[in-house]
Amino acid sequence: MFSFSAILPEIFVLVMACSILLLDLFVIENRIAIYRLAQLTLIGAFALTVPLFDKIPLLAFSGHFMLDNLALTLKLGAYVLTFFVFLYAYDYLRLQHIKLGEFYVLGLFSLLGMMVLTSAGSLLTVYLGLELLSLPLYAMVTLLRDSKLTSEAAMKYFVMGALASGMLLYGISLMYGMTGELILMHVAEASIGMNLVNQSIMGLGIALIVVGIAFKLGAVPFHMWIPDVYSGATTATVLFIASTSKLTAFALAVRLLFNTFGVFFEEWQPMLLILGVLSLIVGNVVALVQTNIKRLLAYSTIAHMGFVLLALASGSLGAGLFYILTYGLMAVAGFAVVIALSRAGYEAQEISDLKGLNRSHPWFAFLIMLLMFSLAGVPPLVGFYAKFVVLDAMIKAGLTPFAIIAVILSVVGAFYYLRIIKVMYFDTSDAQALPQFTPNKPMRVALSINSLAFLALGLFPGALLSYCFWVFA
Amino acid sequence: MLTAIDFLIVSSLLFSLGVVGIIINRKNVIVLLMCIELILLAVNTNFITFARFLGDTGGEIFVFFILTVAAAEAAIGLAILVVLYRARNSINVQDLNLLQG
Repeated sequence: MFSFSAILPEIFVLVMACSILLLDLFVIENRIAIYRLAQLTLIGAFALTVPLFDKIPLLAFSGHFMLDNLALTLKLGAYVLTFFVFLYAYDYLRLQHIKLGEFYVLGLFSLLGMMVLTSAGSLLTVYLGLELLSLPLYAMVTLLRDSKLTSEAAMKYFVMGALASGMLLYGISLMYGMTGELILMHVAEASIGMNLVNQSIMGLGIALIVVGIAFKLGAVPFHMWIPDVYSGATTATVLFIASTSKLTAFALAVRLLFNTFGVFFEEWQPMLLILGVLSLIVGNVVALVQTNIKRLLAYSTIAHMGFVLLALASGSLGAGLFYILTYGLMAVAGFAVVIALSRAGYEAQEISDLKGLNRSHPWFAFLIMLLMFSLAGVPPLVGFYAKFVVLDAMIKAGLTPFAIIAVILSVVGAFYYLRIIKVMYFDTSDAQALPQFTPNKPMRVALSINSLAFLALGLFPGALLSYCFWVFA
Repeated sequence: MLTAIDFLIVSSLLFSLGVVGIIINRKNVIVLLMCIELILLAVNTNFITFARFLGDTGGEIFVFFILTVAAAEAAIGLAILVVLYRARNSINVQDLNLLQG
């Protein structure tokens, strides 16, 4: 039935995004007011989402909208990550003379798409959520309008993204044709006990859907856009693409593969395994030769998405959720470092820009060290537990050979994270060329909280871990 | 009498044309946008066929949503194209080589 209370956070974000758009156009001259309004929207949405935990599980709008533990958890996670993204982006946008209002309004619309996608209950809402999430992102990539690199990255991102959603959509249309249903639960019921012809067409549809998901996650061999977009796009936007949108790609995978096509587990498990292992290999090996920080983080993303795919392939959603949440925090901190090192008209992009950071800014060198150790998976930081639960789930699911490959490739990957630490601590450069770290105060505080969270979550992972497994219990 | 299979074959041909066009096109970015539209139209044909032969209106409603989203997508694609042209004075696919995957 129409239960508007279920979509209260969505309505709130939509109304606020539209109001901020108008206020930015006609009323407010003061840029920081726009920024504060955007952050207030996130806090308000958070406050409206938390009470919904009492109502779940809930189906609204004839089943098109679904509220469950996963939807609410991912929404809260998306608010927190977007809060960090907006905060880090402020400084960067001001330095690069990008219009603040455009970034924040598009960001809020994209967040709205993520919210719709995480609680999608039908194939229609999956598609609409996905497009509402992607379309503002294409525009956000282009915000630095005069740059040749940015426009090229935007075009590549657009074509790849549109191709991915086209494939996903073709898969969805086959699903609809074979079952005659759009609501995910009904599709799941109708796909049990099908005849052989229909089953093989369903197999084709699932393959197309897996391709679409792999595109969105950035898994090899559908990863070509990630390094280009990450290195070419406006860094503030990359923050958003790398953290929050990965969260929703995970939601997409869970909604379609597990909630809907759980019966076809044996069809899509090998696909995810292959994608996962290939991503680990390409991500970790190619990252070894990168000298650009953004490209390095891009390949590191690909490698991490390999782990997420392996978690999904082993059927352990709790491990996948824990991995993607902690990875989101790490990705946001990673690109925040790139932003913090850039000045007006200059963007720090090379690893050598970090040379001697320990001498000029020991505290931030320490924070980056925590981040790199966490990305590499060194205990006691949270990245270690994220990898640990995934490997544990894989061994329990009987995928021990794949777990061994994952461990070996993680060791390979540790090399390039450690190289950054080496550059910061042991490489010296003359005093004039020492890196300047010029973020404003809120960003310094946020970056400290963000990085210390890796340590805190790594020392006490129990609460978040048991919560992630409780979500799917 | 045409059967559902005939329509599905047409739509799968359209879909393949779109995908192949994106992969082998080396000339013009506008052709890429046209290929994307072709893929979406193939999906629409699929949905209409299934809706007609299953006697379910859900698929037809879905098509309206796809058409709307496709319009928005084309608008953003063309906007990016304009930005691209202004920044580089070329919309040749082969010139998109500053970033090497």
